[in-house]
Parts: sequence; C-alpha cells; structure tokens
Amino acid sequence: MAKKLITLTVNGEKHEVAVEDRDLLIHVLREKLRLTGAHIGCETTHCGACTVDIDGKSIKSCTRFAVQHDGASITTIEGMAHPDGALHALQEAFRQEHGLQCGFCTPGMIMRAHRLLQENPNPTEEEVRYGIAGNLCRCTGYQNIVKAILVAAEKLRQPEAAE
Amino acid sequence: MLAAGGEDARPIAGGHSLIPMMKLRMAAPTTLIDIASLDELAGIAVGPAQIVIGAATTQHDMISSEDLFAACPIIRETAEMIADPQVRYCGTLGGNVGNGDPGNDMPALMQCLGAIYVCESASGSREVSARDFYQAAYFTALQPGEMITSVCIPRPAQGHGYAYCKLKRKIGDYATAAAAVTLELVGGSVRDASIALTNVADTPLLAAEAAQQLIGAPLSEATITAAVARAEAITAPSADGRGSAEYRTKMAGVMVRRAIALAQSRAGEAQPKPAMPSSSSGAAAGSAPTQTNDDGGKGKGGFFGWLKS
Repeated sequence: MAKKLITLTVNGEKHEVAVEDRDLLIHVLREKLRLTGAHIGCETTHCGACTVDIDGKSIKSCTRFAVQHDGASITTIEGMAHPDGALHALQEAFRQEHGLQCGFCTPGMIMRAHRLLQENPNPTEEEVRYGIAGNLCRCTGYQNIVKAILVAAEKLRQPEAAE
Repeated sequence: MLAAGGEDARPIAGGHSLIPMMKLRMAAPTTLIDIASLDELAGIAVGPAQIVIGAATTQHDMISSEDLFAACPIIRETAEMIADPQVRYCGTLGGNVGNGDPGNDMPALMQCLGAIYVCESASGSREVSARDFYQAAYFTALQPGEMITSVCIPRPAQGHGYAYCKLKRKIGDYATAAAAVTLELVGGSVRDASIALTNVADTPLLAAEAAQQLIGAPLSEATITAAVARAEAITAPSADGRGSAEYRTKMAGVMVRRAIALAQSRAGEAQPKPAMPSSSSGAAAGSAPTQTNDDGGKGKGGFFGWLKS
C-alpha cells in the first residue's frame, strides 16, 4: 500500500514519518517513533491505556488513523518529565501515593489527568472520578489514583510549582 | 469526493464509530474523506428561533458552549452521558445522529426536540426530520454520496423543563434504556410536552402518544402513569447483556417517569414559543435547492447501509 509522508511534532520534536492510510496513531507512535510509553490495552476505545494529548485534547490513539493527525502536536508520557529528568508533579504524586500497581494503565492515566488539570486546576474528587472515566485500572480500585491526582493538583496550584 | 467514491466512500470526522466498526470488519470502506478540518461543518449558532449545530461539532464543544446550555440545556445533559471524556473530544453530533446506531443518545434527543437534519450531496441539499430519519438499526434516510452537514433545532420556550435520564450498567455504556423529556408548564398546566426513547428498539422512538397524555392538564399521578404505559407500549427491545426485553421495557418506563419528574422540577413558567421562520432552510448551510424526503422508507440507505451481513 502506498505510504504518505506526514509530520508529527511529538514532545516538541518534529518527525516526518511515512505511514499507510490504515496505520493507527498508537502503532505509529510505538513502532515507528519507538515511543512505547503509551500502551495498547484493549484496542477498542475502552481502556484508555493509549491516551495521549493532541492539540489540547486527550485522545485514545488506538482509535485515530495517523493520517488524521498530519501536522499535529502530540504529548506522550515520555514528554511529561522536565528536561533535567525531574518527574512531573503528576508522576511524582502517582509514585508517592501508590497510584499504580502493575503500571500498565499509568501512562494513559497521567496523560488524561494532565489534560483534566489543565481544564480544571482545582477539581473535586467527584470531578476527578468523572474526568478519568475513560481510563480503566484493574489493580488499584482507583482510590490511590484519584488521591494522586488530587495531590498533584494541589501541588500544581502552588506558584513555585509553575510548569 | 464522496460522490466519486460511490457506495464505499464514507466521510470521517471523529471516527469513533467508524474506526471500531472497521476493526470489527463490519465496515470496509474503500475511501475515507476526512471532514474534521472543514471549519464550515463545525460550530454552534444560537439564534432567536432556532439553534444550528454543524455536523462536525464535537460533544466536548457542545458541553463547553454556555450559549447552547442557556438555550437548550438538555443537549449538555445528554452529551455528558455519552461514553467518556476522550471519546467526547472526538465524537461529533453528525456522526452520533447519522450512523443510525440505536445505542446512540443524540438521535432520540433530536426526535424529542423536533430537530431537522440538513443532508447535502453533490446534487443539492434537503432537510429530513429526525423523526423521519431512522429506518432500522444502521439504516437511515441518507443516500449514498450524501452526508449530514448541520442539525437545526427549534429553540425551546424559555422556562421549559427538561431531562435526559439514562440507565446504564457502567459509565460509558450504551443505555439499558433512556428517555428524553421536555415540558412546558403554564399556570401549572402542561402546554406542551415531548418524549423520546433511546435503545429500546432498533431505532430511536418518539413517544408521541405518551407525550399527548400529559398535554392540557396539570401533571398528576394519573397522567404520568398513562404516559409511562404508552411509552412502554411502543418499545421493542432485544434481550442482551443489559437485560431481558421485559426488563428493558420496564426500565424505559422508569426512565420516562424519572425524566418527567426531573423536568417538572426544573420547569419555570414557560414563555411563548419563539416564532419559527416560515422555512428553516434560511439558516441552514448552503444555498442549494431544498427537496423533500419522499423516500417513504422503502429504499434503505444510510451511513452503514452497506454493512456486510
């Protein structure tokens, strides 16, 4: 099948990548760009493990064709830590609050939580739960994930933690 | 492009119905036309008499619009019950109403609100009422080469009561049963009412007789019970993981009862209905001649009319 050359800016780095029309974005991110942070869980738009941030929206990258995002700016979990290697407040909070066990859902959880806190920096517990309804976790029972997001939200609201 | 691609060409916007169907090999379009970047297909225009929403407007955009919420709050209430946040960033109104999936929530809401779908093809534009659009599961009035470009909704009277009540097994699920209700109360009496049902038949259902039970009198246990019975009578749900047919029919009745109560609690004194322009085509996209839908439901078309059996 003929390939098309598309441009994706991922974590600030511009990539030109040849894709087939039918290539899903998650496959291009993982197999062509070797960014394996975003996971393939269900591949049916349910689990949210493949969630990445695209032009200010949380997107399940298993349910988009890569060609739909020619020219897009994408952030994946690999782009969340600071350039000096220090973890993002969400990553730090997930670690401190035990917001993960097996870790499979974590990249999607953090990318979704990131967008949620951009839109609502001071969410209630209920708003967090509603906001991450598209991300499934089979280990934690969500309790510590919700706690981690609330802790990160509080930290991100402090002026000295400005990102 | 859509016309040139013939029966196997499909527009794609959010792709959150079409791509899963393609993965399941239930759909195999040979040409996909990405319409998501066509700005003229997206946007919300709240006018004095009607609301026009572009087909590529996402659920997220509809939820975020304060103008839309002020004019017709049931749209936000319904959109917030669709799937999950990621899906709502992608999923569009045109896709939700156009693909004919009986599990989708917007079709029954659009029937409840009396919406008109503007359907365009290379040969022109026509308007189809949401109440006439659905023929069977995935079969609609859409013809090959035709797509919905916008949805026109008559603006509800100020002070109207509304509710969309949806029973689902878990967040993100399709409805076991759901009901959309709008009510206009004047001096304690029901001036107008509309009821429609989601996912309790192979199409959305306008429960016109049920609504008729409420009109012209104050709401009472007797009129509400009569409306619930008329609504239950038109359901024809299939038994599936969400429950038996009998259970889902009963739950449709429960959703109607809850939605009426919630709509009543939210209703103020209804203002006069906004006057509709003589033809709704004035605000519709495009200036192509309007033709009526004379299909009569015989020739089944639709977004997924080409589904593999």
